[in-house]
Amino acid sequence: MRNVIAVYVENKYGVLTRVAGLFMRRGFNIDSLTVGETDDPAYSRITITMQGDEYERHQVINQVKKLHNVKKVKLLEAESSVERELLLVKVKNTPDTRGEIMAAAEIFRAKIINYTVDSLCVEVTGEPSKIKAFIEVMKPLGIIEMCRTGVVALERGATILENKSPK
Amino acid sequence: MQNNGKTAMTGARIVIETLIEQGVTDVFGYPGGQVLNIYDELYLASGRINHVLTAHEQGASHAADGYSRVTGKVGVVIATSGPGATNLVTGIATAMLDSIPMVAITGNVPTNLIGRDSFQEINITGVTIPITKHNYFVADVNELADTIREAFRIAKSGRPGPVLIDIPKDVQTAVCDFEPQGVVEPYPQPIAPDEEIDRAVEMINACERPYIYIGGGAAGAGMTRDIMALAEKIDGYIGCTFMGLSALSNSYDRFLGMQGMHGRYASSMANKDADLIIGLGVRFSDRATGNTAKYARGAKIIQIDTDLAEIGKNVPVDIGIIGDIVSTFSRILARVKRRERPEWGAHIAALKAEEARIDCEAEKQAGGAMTPKKIFDVINEIKDDDTIIATDVGQHQMWTAQYVNFGRTRRFASSGGLGTMGYGLGAAIGAAVATGDRTVLITGDGSFGMNLNELATAVTYNSPVVIVIFNNGVLGMVRQWQTLFFGQRYSNTVLGRKTDFIKLADAFGLPRRRAENIDEFRAAFSEAMRHDGPFLIDTYIDMDEFVLPMLPPGGSIEDMITTKAKV
Repeated sequence: MRNVIAVYVENKYGVLTRVAGLFMRRGFNIDSLTVGETDDPAYSRITITMQGDEYERHQVINQVKKLHNVKKVKLLEAESSVERELLLVKVKNTPDTRGEIMAAAEIFRAKIINYTVDSLCVEVTGEPSKIKAFIEVMKPLGIIEMCRTGVVALERGATILENKSPK
Repeated sequence: MQNNGKTAMTGARIVIETLIEQGVTDVFGYPGGQVLNIYDELYLASGRINHVLTAHEQGASHAADGYSRVTGKVGVVIATSGPGATNLVTGIATAMLDSIPMVAITGNVPTNLIGRDSFQEINITGVTIPITKHNYFVADVNELADTIREAFRIAKSGRPGPVLIDIPKDVQTAVCDFEPQGVVEPYPQPIAPDEEIDRAVEMINACERPYIYIGGGAAGAGMTRDIMALAEKIDGYIGCTFMGLSALSNSYDRFLGMQGMHGRYASSMANKDADLIIGLGVRFSDRATGNTAKYARGAKIIQIDTDLAEIGKNVPVDIGIIGDIVSTFSRILARVKRRERPEWGAHIAALKAEEARIDCEAEKQAGGAMTPKKIFDVINEIKDDDTIIATDVGQHQMWTAQYVNFGRTRRFASSGGLGTMGYGLGAAIGAAVATGDRTVLITGDGSFGMNLNELATAVTYNSPVVIVIFNNGVLGMVRQWQTLFFGQRYSNTVLGRKTDFIKLADAFGLPRRRAENIDEFRAAFSEAMRHDGPFLIDTYIDMDEFVLPMLPPGGSIEDMITTKAKV
C-alpha cells in the first residue's frame, strides 16, 4: 500500500542524502520525494511516498527516527491530510489538438504557462490521481516532455508535525 | 591570548584539547599529509595523551574497537585523508554492526580543494554514511570543539556506535577561542511506561519455561547481577547471542552459553523448548534464529531494547519494551513473583547431560589427536578470569564462543555482526593497551594472514598479546560449508602456503613456539602466559575439523547437525 511520510529535519549539509540513502540500504523504494525549507530556515521538511506493508512502514519510520538530524517523522493518513502535486507538461501545438488541450486545461483547472507555435506548456496542481488523469488525457495529444514535483502533504486542521523546539 | 577562560588556538590543537577534555587517554592512528597539524599537536601533548602507531589504519581502527570493548570507553582513531580514511572503513563498519562506541577523526584537503579530486581527497563522510551512527564534515573552526563533543555524545548514547569527523586542513590551521568543558553525558533514554513493565511481569509469572536471552546490548551494560537475580527468582535459564558472551561467567550454572547456528546444544535446545524468551539487547539475527518462520514457534517473546527500530525487526514479538534496558530490567526483576519451576530445571539438566555426551563422543572419536576442544581445555586451565580473549573470524572463533570459560564481563573482543577476518590482532593490541591485561588472540592461519603486519605494533609496544594460531592450512569455515553443501569442491580454500609463522615471528622480533601435540601446546602456552610481551604459538589442527553443532543455513533447530558421523 501507498504511504505518505513527513520528515522534519535540520536544514544541514547532507541531510537529504542521509534520509534517501537509508531508504536505499534498507531496501525500501521511494515513489516520490520532495524537500524544501520551512518557515524556520533552520529546518526543512521532506515528504516521501513509498509502497510498503505495515512491517515496512513501521521499520522505515523507526529507522528514519534514529538519524541524528531528523527531528520528527510522521505517517500522514490519507483521510486526515491534504496532498498536492504539481505537473508541468509540454504538448505539441497543432491546429487539430490545440482546442482539445485548452478544453482539458479548463476542466482540470490547469494553466497554459507557455505558448509557442509548436508547443504548449501546461501547469496542473492537484492530488496525484488528478495529475495522473491529466497525463492520460494529454498522452494521445502528443506529450513532448513532462516534469512532476512529487507529493507535498500537510495534516488537516491545526495539528502540526513539530513544535520547532529542538529535541 | 587568554580571556574569560578562553584561549585562542588552532583547530588542530582544539582537536587534541577536546579529546583530553572528553577523558581520552589513548588514541590509535597513523599520520599523513592532511593530519600533520594534528600529529604536531599530539607530539606537543604527548605527556597528556598517548598515541599508538599501528602498521596500517585498519589495524588502528580495530585497536580502537578492541579498546572500547574491554573498557566501555569510546575508542578513538585518527587517520589522514584519502587512503588513510578508506582504510578505516572496515574497522568502522565492524564497530557499527556490533554497536561499539568509536570516534574516528580524519583529515581532508583544504576546503578550497574539496570536490576537485585533489591528491588524497576522498569524500569520507559520503563513504561512511551507512556505517556510522552519524558523521560530520567540519567546515568552520568555530564549530570544531562542539562537533567533537557531540560526536562523543552520539557515540555513547543509547545503542552505541561509531561517529566520524572529517576535518579539512585549513580548519586545522584556522584559529578560534577554545574553552574546556566537562565530559559529555549520554542523551537520556526513554523510560518504559509502567503498563508495559506490568504486562511483561504478568507474562513471566504465567510462563513455565523461561529462557533469558542476552545480547550485546546487555553484555557490557553492568546488569550481570540483575540477570542472575532474575534467573534465580523465576527459576529460569540464561542463554546468549555471540555478542552476549562474557556478559557473565561461564561457571554460573544457570548460564547455558551461546545459542544459534553454532550454539551450544543445551542452549539452542532450551531456546527452542522455552515457552517464554526474554530477549535483552538482542536483535534476533539470522545467525541466531535460523529460519525465522520456524524460530521459537512455541514461545512468547518479550524484547527489551534501547533501539526502537530493533523491536520486531527480525522476528515478531509479543511485548516490545523500548527504553533504557538497565532500568527496565531491574523494574521487571523487582516485580516478578519468585517461583520454582522444577520441571524446566529437570529438562535443562537432561539437555546438559546430552551436551556432555555429544562432547565426550566427539573427543572419543578424535582419540589423541589435537582437537580444538583439547586446546581450549588447556587455555581455560591456564588463563585467569582477567585474561582477555580476542579472535579473528572463522572456525576458531566459533570454537572460542563454545569452549572458552569467560570469568567476567568485558573480556571478549570479536567481530560478531560484520565477521571481519583480520580483526583480531589489532583488537587484541587495543584491548591490551586499554587494560594492561594479558590478551589471548585466538586466530586461524587464514585470518591471521590478513593483518599480521600488526605484529610490528605488538612488538614495538611490547603488548602482552599471546597469539595462538589454529593452523590447518585451509579456510576452515568455508571448507566446512564446501564439505557439507558444495560436494567437497574446495574452491580456493586450500591455502597451501609456505609461510613459516616461526620465521615470521623471528623477523618481527617476538618469541614463538610451535606446538604439534597437546603437551607441547601446554608448555608453550604456559611459557607465553608468563612472558612479558607478545608471544606467538603456531599450533596444528586437522583441516577437516568441524564446528558442531551446526544449524544449516536457512534451517531450524530440528535440522541441527551434532556429529560428524552423520554428515
